[in-house]
Amino acid sequence: MYAYDEIDRTLVNERVSEFRDQVKRRLSGELTEDEFKMLRLQNGVYLQLHAYMFRVAIPYGTLSSEQLRRFAHIARKYDRGYGHFTTRQNIQFNWIKLSDLPDALADLAEVGIHAMQTSGNNMRNVTSDQWAGVAPGEIEDPRIWSELIRQHTTLHPEFSFLPRKFKIAITASDHDRAAIKIHDIGLRLIKNEKGETGFEVLVGGGLGRTPFIGKTIKHFVHGRDILSYIEAILRVYNQYGRRDNIYKARIKILVHELGIEKFSREVEEEWQHIRNSSLQIDDEVIEDIRSRFTYPAYEKLPHMPDELRQAAADPAFEAWRKNSVAPHKVQGYSIVTISLKPVGGPPGDATAEQMDALADLAEKYSFGEIRVGHEQNLALPHVAKRDLPALWRALDKLGLATPNVNLITDIIACPGLDYCSLANARSIPIAQELTRRFANHELANLIGRLHINISGCINACGHHHVGHIGILGVEKNGEEVYQITIGGRADESAALGNLIGPGVKFEEVADVVEDVVEAYLALRERPEELFIDTVKRLGVEPFKERVYATR
Amino acid sequence: MPLVKGGKIADDTFVKVADDAALPASGDILVSADRLVKDRDALLARTGKLGVIWPNNRDMDELARHLAKLAAIALVFPSFRDGRAYSQARLLRERYAYRGELRASGQVLRDQFVFMLRAGFDSFEVKKQADAEAFAQTVKRYSVFYQPTGDGRITALHRRMQLRHSEGVGT
Repeated sequence: MYAYDEIDRTLVNERVSEFRDQVKRRLSGELTEDEFKMLRLQNGVYLQLHAYMFRVAIPYGTLSSEQLRRFAHIARKYDRGYGHFTTRQNIQFNWIKLSDLPDALADLAEVGIHAMQTSGNNMRNVTSDQWAGVAPGEIEDPRIWSELIRQHTTLHPEFSFLPRKFKIAITASDHDRAAIKIHDIGLRLIKNEKGETGFEVLVGGGLGRTPFIGKTIKHFVHGRDILSYIEAILRVYNQYGRRDNIYKARIKILVHELGIEKFSREVEEEWQHIRNSSLQIDDEVIEDIRSRFTYPAYEKLPHMPDELRQAAADPAFEAWRKNSVAPHKVQGYSIVTISLKPVGGPPGDATAEQMDALADLAEKYSFGEIRVGHEQNLALPHVAKRDLPALWRALDKLGLATPNVNLITDIIACPGLDYCSLANARSIPIAQELTRRFANHELANLIGRLHINISGCINACGHHHVGHIGILGVEKNGEEVYQITIGGRADESAALGNLIGPGVKFEEVADVVEDVVEAYLALRERPEELFIDTVKRLGVEPFKERVYATR
Repeated sequence: MPLVKGGKIADDTFVKVADDAALPASGDILVSADRLVKDRDALLARTGKLGVIWPNNRDMDELARHLAKLAAIALVFPSFRDGRAYSQARLLRERYAYRGELRASGQVLRDQFVFMLRAGFDSFEVKKQADAEAFAQTVKRYSVFYQPTGDGRITALHRRMQLRHSEGVGT
């Protein structure tokens, strides 16, 4: 965990009082809605279909029990008793009143939480691997650098009014859980031949109307230069990114229009001017940030405790363990993913009671720490293996032990037409129906790892382009129509999915997905061949033939 | 539209001269970028200070050769959502070492004052009277700054280092 010091706390409090003044001016009419819009967005406040939506940042996905309890408090006091975890390590509250917002922000500020960088055309919340600091084989904890960049990008005086939003993600593992290739800037932490820390820098990834996989702009930027290099990219983007058309304003379009070579030359030229400036980071600064991350005092524990051996006889426990529990870098410990995808439930929602109870469980079993991942699930990052059976029983009572992590019902979905004013089609009801269709755990297990992503409009908040199966809802002649792609992925081999055929109606989506899955089960070479690998081997055609043969 | 300069509401000594208007014989004037390029000699022959209104999509390199002759540069915020002039301001101050008046014009609200000061602006054509009056108070909103800019304010990272070292001396 990163501990805020007096300096960080002061800034957050100053931000709250500024927002209080802005809300006051809006309510008195001194600010027009148009003027207020940008200001509220910079504090995470959107105007949605029914009410204001409040999005709160969880930088690089790390939360303390105290902070999670405070989310429960916000949900209870100012909202309707639940919160929604997003694909970018944020939490959203959907029913909050404008006049309550300054108080809600003040309550959050007491535990070092804020809503800066969660919306608006600025540099957004820096995201990272939800297993940072605990994943085996990780090069080093990427959160140290995430925090450095978080500070640097917070209320940046030059880049708070960019052409469009700007997202940065960091990973330090071979397996990319932070989806860096679909970010405006993706950073892959690596070491050079001298053993010094630096980054492979990718730029111009993003989904939305015109999806692109990020391209490598520089193979190695030394850690001490990372802020100046990011600043150079931003400065080029701020000046030359398009502002005439909101759909062409992201950096991916600038990179595409200039070409990565020309874009990188522009950045390089800018960088040479600023790299030897006060943006250069010395080791002492990094060490200072590192010193404010605390790590648990792990015990020396056996690899296979008796408790785990005994519990293995229970098939329900085993079903959960097999897909929710991942190896930890310290022997005797595990990383436990908490599925927020119950059968029939909206993906990513948690009630105030669940959040409170989970905060208690984290204190009891995970050194008071919780993580949030882009798959809209939570994780307890330091669970002793001997505690797994007890933890599982407790989670099960809370409805938080659905054994479907990484399976077909572990669906990523945007809020869709039920909440969002941009949406053209419903997302959550599609997800709910699919979780019912594949509720049988044996079947889901037989299918194996399969990610479904659903977006209710072309803005792609549900990341449908990179779902193994992607579902995009659009509006056609006043009806919801869904386009289905297969073969996308968001990890280190990121790729965009391909359309399998004409769009289908709301009622048909679950049938088509069932047909796709059936085709896969028939086409796969052996049970271990994952859906995504079968699609890669065979392409779209055999799926298309089978799915559309009878339609 | 009130002008804030030196931290308070002040008289604007500059007069904006349209491209097709005759140059006044004396007094401080602001002209367009086009006119500066075209009428440079005539503009420099006058008495009175010269300033330019520089659009936010025009290259700073082009402005560089005029800097020594300019007493004021007004950068433009066509809407407060359009942040290009923040980069232009920093380039002028930090790369070209421009020391004259740097004015923010267009859609200028109190909520941009701190960003603008940090980027190097020192005068402001403020859209609303109430915002201009609130200038001194508003710029005190923040005491913590995470990024280094040319305004020389100490950043959070460096303040931490100082605290560390001073604690080190005491022990």
